This record gives sequence, structure tokens and C-alpha cells, in this order.
Amino acid sequence: MKNNEGEFLGYRRPDGKVGVRNHVLILPTITCATQTAQRITELVQGTVTFIHQHGCAQVGVDYEQTFRTYVGLGKNPNVYGVIVLGLGCETHQARSVATEIAKCGKPVESISIQDHGGTLSTIAEGAKAAAKLVQEASTQMKEWCNFSELIIGTECGGSDACSGLSANPAVGSVSDMIVELGGTSILAETTELIGAEHLLAKRAANDQVAKRVYEVIHAMENRSIKMGVDIRTGNPSPGNIAGGLSSLEEKSLGAANKSGKSILNELIDYAEEPKVKGLVWMDTPGHDIEQLTGMVAGGAQVVLFTTGRGTPTGSPIAPVIKISTNTSMFEKMGDNMDLNAGTIIEGKETVEEVGKRILHEIGLVSSGKLTKAEILKQHDFGIWRIGPTF
Amino acid sequence: MKSIDNVAVTLQDVPPKSNVIVNVPNDLSLRITLKEQILFGHKFAVRPIKKGDEILKYGEIIGKATKDIEEGEHVHVHNLEGIRGRGDKVEK
Repeated sequence: MKNNEGEFLGYRRPDGKVGVRNHVLILPTITCATQTAQRITELVQGTVTFIHQHGCAQVGVDYEQTFRTYVGLGKNPNVYGVIVLGLGCETHQARSVATEIAKCGKPVESISIQDHGGTLSTIAEGAKAAAKLVQEASTQMKEWCNFSELIIGTECGGSDACSGLSANPAVGSVSDMIVELGGTSILAETTELIGAEHLLAKRAANDQVAKRVYEVIHAMENRSIKMGVDIRTGNPSPGNIAGGLSSLEEKSLGAANKSGKSILNELIDYAEEPKVKGLVWMDTPGHDIEQLTGMVAGGAQVVLFTTGRGTPTGSPIAPVIKISTNTSMFEKMGDNMDLNAGTIIEGKETVEEVGKRILHEIGLVSSGKLTKAEILKQHDFGIWRIGPTF
Repeated sequence: MKSIDNVAVTLQDVPPKSNVIVNVPNDLSLRITLKEQILFGHKFAVRPIKKGDEILKYGEIIGKATKDIEEGEHVHVHNLEGIRGRGDKVEK
């Protein structure tokens, strides 16, 4: 594949943004519609969906966060068009979600199971609409686009003691390169920045951003304090501890390396789209899949995922490039790993050299090269819930 | 690592009683005899650490010692505790 440095072949959308994939998304707004959505994707090539347990009996900020997540996923530039699938009686109405997504100009249809007379009629109706969109999507020509049009999500999961020494600093150097090229890099996992917030606050673009850094950190830390628990019972995880990480602070100091050295321009809410370019921090939990879903809903077209213990994580919408922190796991879990940063530990490559290798891979993947998670149809999905179900 | 760090990380499994050299950037390297086996990615003390002392890695605080730790001893969840997110320490 030809690869112009700093450029990739992408799909231009009506709102001017650029996708690196051309999916038709079947978006179930309610858990009751997920099985029907799944049937449609089995029938129609080129469609993707996800299984979830949300969309009903949610209120207030929790309702809004789930709504924002659905809309953000539909608007992600990797999606050509959307069929929003509802049941009919749920709080997260398919029609409201569809109306909001349609504002970005892409084709959107909404179908509800109760209106269409049950599962079989809805599958037929949904599949017909999806088939039409897929054929339209297939006629769209790719064009050369610049890395400045990319939003790269960064994430670490299944961390070990090498994460903070190899793959995370390498992703940090890529993050800096993306920022220098005029693009956007998302740092997330607020939980896993507890203990490293002072380092990020020092890099804030202004006092407002620095203040928000401490606010989101304290809000996250206070959740465990209010529950009366040691946060270590959930994070670091048993795998992190087996890998040599002893405390959340230690894990955080390694995780913060993913942000490189750039200025922190903005701090955004979960599933919110960055308003500025450069380095931005999205307030998400450390839970891998909830974080991934939030960044993709925020518009990330590509995600860099570092792992020491090894994980299969992928998204239905964005390619996830999996980077191992050590060579032995890279060899053991070759099915799931795309790149190896363990060479840094062995002294065979520098952090910058691995960073350049990752940047090159971003170009290839953005132009269509499939990641291991895409090949294995690893369509993970999880929304960060911030309120009870009623 | 940073010169103020009181722990270092092994980059391979190291058997007990091994003599290891810890390279400290911009400072003198340290010669440490390990008291016990230290697995790949785990930490050992590069100087004695008193109970309650802060434990430093990357030049930053990663927790404090829950007991006295000797030079060359394994440092992990059995003798290091996190300070942050400790709802269990709040009086009920």
C-alpha cells in the first residue's frame, strides 16, 4: 500500500470531517433492540452494531450521557450512514437520537420494532434500508487527507510494569507528533491519572483547564472515598498487581506517559467532541471498554491501545491498534497484537523509533489496513453509567 | 528512574542473592544485592526504607511503606500501600 507520510486515504463526510472506515451503523438505542440489530448485521455486509444494556429508565445526567454517547457514535466520521433502531416505549427514543445525528448531514433512518409490527418485519425493513445505504457507501471514492484531520484516542489496558517504560512513552511520542502535525490526541482514564494530576495540571494551556484537571480527579477519587473502599480493590486490577504494579499512583504515573509532552488544551466530558485541536483530556473511568466507547463517541477515528498483560479489545466503529509493552506477550498473543514496543525494554529500539513506527502504522490503518481486532470482529461496547437505573 | 527514587524495576526474572547494578541517569550507578527473587517488572528497594516513608518511582510518590524495608528487598503490595482513593481509611 502506498503511504504518503502525514497523509492517508479517507472518506470525506458532508460536515467536512474525514472517516477512515465507511461503516453503516445499526444503532440500537435500547437493549430490547440489540438482538434485532444483530440479525440485520448478519444479513447485510458492511454493517456494524453493538450489544448493550442501556437506553431505558435512565434519568438526569445519566440519561444525557448515554444520549450523547449514542449521538456521538452515529456522528463519528467512520460511519457513512446510520439506522437507529428502537423498540418504541423506551426513554432513549430512536427518533430523537436520529434527529440529532442527522444534523451532521449523513443519511440517517429510524425504525422501531413496535411501529413495524414485531421482530421479523423490523429485520426485513432494517435490512432493506441498510442494504441501500451500504451500496451508496460503496460508491464513495477515498481521497488523500491530512493527519491534522485525525482524532487519535490513546488508551492502556492490562498494564504491567513495562507499560510506563515502553509502550506508553512511545504512544506519548506519537501523541506529540500528531499534535505537531495539527491533529488531536485524546488522553483519558481519569481514574488512572490519580497521583499524576499535578504533572498534567502544570502542562495546562490556562488556569481554567488546570482547575478542571483537579476537579475531575477529585470527583473520581471521591467516588471511592464515599463508598468507603480502598480504590485498589478495583484498580490496579489483579493482573496489574501480578505484573508488578503496587498502587494506583504507580499505575497512573505510567499511564500519564501516553500524553507525551504537549500542552493540555482542553478537558472534555465523557463522549464529548473536542472543541479544539492538540492534546485533550476526556473524563472517563479506567474501565477499558467504557473509555474506548467514550473516545469513539467523541469522534476518535483511530485508537492506540497499549497492553502488558494482553487484551483482545476492539471497537465496532474505530480501528484499535494494539501495542504490546513486552516482547514475550507480543509473541504469546500474536492473534491480538499489532505492534511490539518491548524492543525498548530490550534496548533494540528507542522510544522515538517505536513512536515513528506507530505513526507509520496509523497512516496504513487510516488508509484501510485492518487491525487484528477488526479482523477478529472484536466489537466491544460499554457506556460509563453515572446514575442508577430506575 | 530518577536519582531520588528508592525503588528500581527489574527487566527480567532475577534469582535471590544476585548482585545487580542499577543505572541511574545522570548519577552514579548503584550495586545492590537482592534479598529474594524479583520477577520481571517487579520492584526492589535500592536503599533502606522506613515504615511510613514515601516510596518514590519516576521521581514521584507511588505510595508509602507499611513496614521497614531493607535494601534489595521486594517492594510490592505486601509492604507498600497506595495513599490515594482510600475510602477505607475514612472514619465511619
